[in-house]
Amino acid sequence: MDNKELKVDFSRYDYGEKEAIEEVEEIPSEYKEKAKEVGIEVDKGGGVYFQIDHNIIYQKLIERLRKKGIIIMSIGEALRRFAWAKKYYWRALSSRSDKVSKIAEGYRRNGYFIYVPPRLKLDEPIQTCLFIAKQNIAQPVHNLVIVGDGAEATLITGCTAITEEALHIGVSEFYIGNNAKLTFIMIHNWTPKVHVRPRTGVIVGKGGIFVNYYVNMRPGITLQTLPKAILHDGAKAYLTSIIKSGRKALVDVGGRIVFKGNDTRGEVITRSVVTDRSEVTMRGILETEGNVNARGHLECRGLLLSDNAKAIAIPQLEARGMRANLTHEAAIGKISEEELNYLMAKGFTEEEAVSIIVRGFLEAGVELLPENVREGVRLALDSMAKSL
Amino acid sequence: MVFKVEDLWVKVQGHDKYILKGVDLSIGKGEVHVLMGPNGSGKSTLLKTIIGMPQYKIARGTILFMGKEINNLQPYERAKMGIGIAFQSPPRIRVKTEYLIKLITTKFRTRLLPYEEYGISHLVSRDLYNGFSGGEMKRTEMYLTILQRPKLALLDEPDSGVDVDSLALIAKGIEQLMEEGASILLVTHLGYILKYLDVVTELHVMINGKIVYSGEPEKALDLILTHGYSYFVKGGD
Repeated sequence: MDNKELKVDFSRYDYGEKEAIEEVEEIPSEYKEKAKEVGIEVDKGGGVYFQIDHNIIYQKLIERLRKKGIIIMSIGEALRRFAWAKKYYWRALSSRSDKVSKIAEGYRRNGYFIYVPPRLKLDEPIQTCLFIAKQNIAQPVHNLVIVGDGAEATLITGCTAITEEALHIGVSEFYIGNNAKLTFIMIHNWTPKVHVRPRTGVIVGKGGIFVNYYVNMRPGITLQTLPKAILHDGAKAYLTSIIKSGRKALVDVGGRIVFKGNDTRGEVITRSVVTDRSEVTMRGILETEGNVNARGHLECRGLLLSDNAKAIAIPQLEARGMRANLTHEAAIGKISEEELNYLMAKGFTEEEAVSIIVRGFLEAGVELLPENVREGVRLALDSMAKSL
Repeated sequence: MVFKVEDLWVKVQGHDKYILKGVDLSIGKGEVHVLMGPNGSGKSTLLKTIIGMPQYKIARGTILFMGKEINNLQPYERAKMGIGIAFQSPPRIRVKTEYLIKLITTKFRTRLLPYEEYGISHLVSRDLYNGFSGGEMKRTEMYLTILQRPKLALLDEPDSGVDVDSLALIAKGIEQLMEEGASILLVTHLGYILKYLDVVTELHVMINGKIVYSGEPEKALDLILTHGYSYFVKGGD
């Protein structure tokens, strides 16, 4: 972490004592409603993992999906039961790379484990929710997702808190097999004093596709994440981050793609709306590993809605050899007067016009998502554009 | 009288010079008025002042709409009262065209109109005016204006820079506004659109911020096409 402002005193949080599974028949309705804001509807869909603080309170895997060989369980249980699962543990990421990863490694308990067997094409999204309810808690989860060769799956993870202060650490490792596809949607909505540290590593096999769509409706006090996808021959990755930051939040987001194989394609898109005294850094790194035939594009766009807000764009391209074609564009600005006036002449108040422009700005990458999840995502984006 | 301006003097913010220098104009219900004039004569300024664009400052005179003075109303208040404007060159906005269409129908409580009849089916999924051709832009702007069901439609050069097919579609749109009983103030530079319109109440010629001629459209158009605007500058021989 190169920004000292993002420093966190990790020792002041409560890490809990042991793995706890306290399953309930029915998730309390206040939690359900809160989860819905981050795209999780537990009553819909055939696969659900719901964790509150350190407890897994609800898991669902309907028989039809179980029969097809899908596995959804806590990572603790998976590592105990399946020797093969261990091969994937800390392979896409290093537990020694930073303090946050070390904490997750030491904790070694909850988080979800999802396995989709080869050639299975799953239509309905699997839903997971990581929820913080207790004050001053640390929630260091480790998630592991394996999508077998030729399989296709969509995963939605919603993360939210109802308490003021907490620490959320989310280590996620995704293994996408040859010619497989994973669409991963993560929606965050935090309270003002939550520190959030996702650490995401992705390995995409030959001809595989990884679509990462991250929406942060409201960061806590600090957020730092830079998911990294490694692409083998013919693989593609699309990393989109949509952020609306306010208050005094310090945010550092983006994506990194490593083009390891030939005929690889990748795109990193970050859009940030920054209000109040908040500061957002948008990073993007595209790099080739050796002289490979790769094509990549990077886009960072910031929209400032306050004179005290700050946005920084740091696009980085690293090409080795002559076969790569990497491009980037970055832009930071305010809402154009001309656009505002146009919309006001069409009957919208200034407030409504701002909201329309912001909503349009946030609409990036939605077309890459499967039809059946777009509505939920658009609802989240709508609510971001309304509460300015 | 639906609409009336009296002795209107207007400056653009930050400039000393008057763009409009005492404009008088009245439009009755269902009437179609055409405003012509050379570049820079103040035609667009008049329309933008009527809708209330903030950079156009009224120094003198009044704008009356439905019997009420609207000089100090916000643009969205004027739009809500029933004034619709189709801009000559609207800005590109990063918002899906269809999304804006839905917001307008909600705002004005109007029904959606079939896209294909206005030739915009292929445009609605794109960002507004992003890479639109001249004709596509004018057709979409016309569609959005009709969608508001205005009592007064201000059309700023809907016929400039468009192909023949678009021109016919735009003329159809103007006819629809007329059928619905809207009053229309149509600005045109070269008058192409007039070939498609049967009923024009009056044609006005604006020169250097003033309406210098108002009269029967065919005669005025004939004078413009034969003598050019210089005829009106000289005050007519």
